[in-house]
Amino acid sequence: MKTMHRIVLLCLLYAGAVWAQGNLEINTPAISQLRDAMQARHAQLAPHYASGALGLTADGRIALRDANAVPLAQRQAVQGLVAQENGDRDALYREIARANGHPEWEADIRSTFAQRWIGRAQSGWYVQSGGQWSRK
Amino acid sequence: MNRMHIHKALPRGALRCGPMTVALAAAALLAGCVTINIYFPAAAAEKAADRIIDEVWQLKNGSQTPATPEGKQP
Repeated sequence: MKTMHRIVLLCLLYAGAVWAQGNLEINTPAISQLRDAMQARHAQLAPHYASGALGLTADGRIALRDANAVPLAQRQAVQGLVAQENGDRDALYREIARANGHPEWEADIRSTFAQRWIGRAQSGWYVQSGGQWSRK
Repeated sequence: MNRMHIHKALPRGALRCGPMTVALAAAALLAGCVTINIYFPAAAAEKAADRIIDEVWQLKNGSQTPATPEGKQP
């Protein structure tokens, strides 16, 4: 009977673990730090999404798709912001996969994010699909 | 004689295997759970992505609203 109790307990523990799988862990210090950095940077990026200078790529990153839409004086700064943003995005996808114990999920997490970034982009922003840019 | 003994012993052994069978079934169940965990949880990932996008883009309203009016271009 003792064995039975242990088995039942184990099953319950596993059921709990499976239930917890309904949500992915995103509340680690590393993920929060990346999210906050991206949030702070967004204020600087937003006008360039609206102008069409920046677009959301199909691989969950951002790209400078029309450098001419950025005033010459700001161009280098914007390029720097894009590089930082993409570094943070790559790290974010990697960290979420790692925080959930499945580093091999990184590519799936990236493509999920890519779809959501694009799906939730404001109208007027440029998004990429199949190598083509289109305006929402 | 010997055979009779074995035949008598078998049912007893089967009875003893009761908890063992349960343990095996439980092990199979657990293996099933582990298999589920290996698959990518697409719905959970979408929820997680939406929560992070809400924060990064400061989207205050529900996760199903993709665009805000001020984003419209002339």
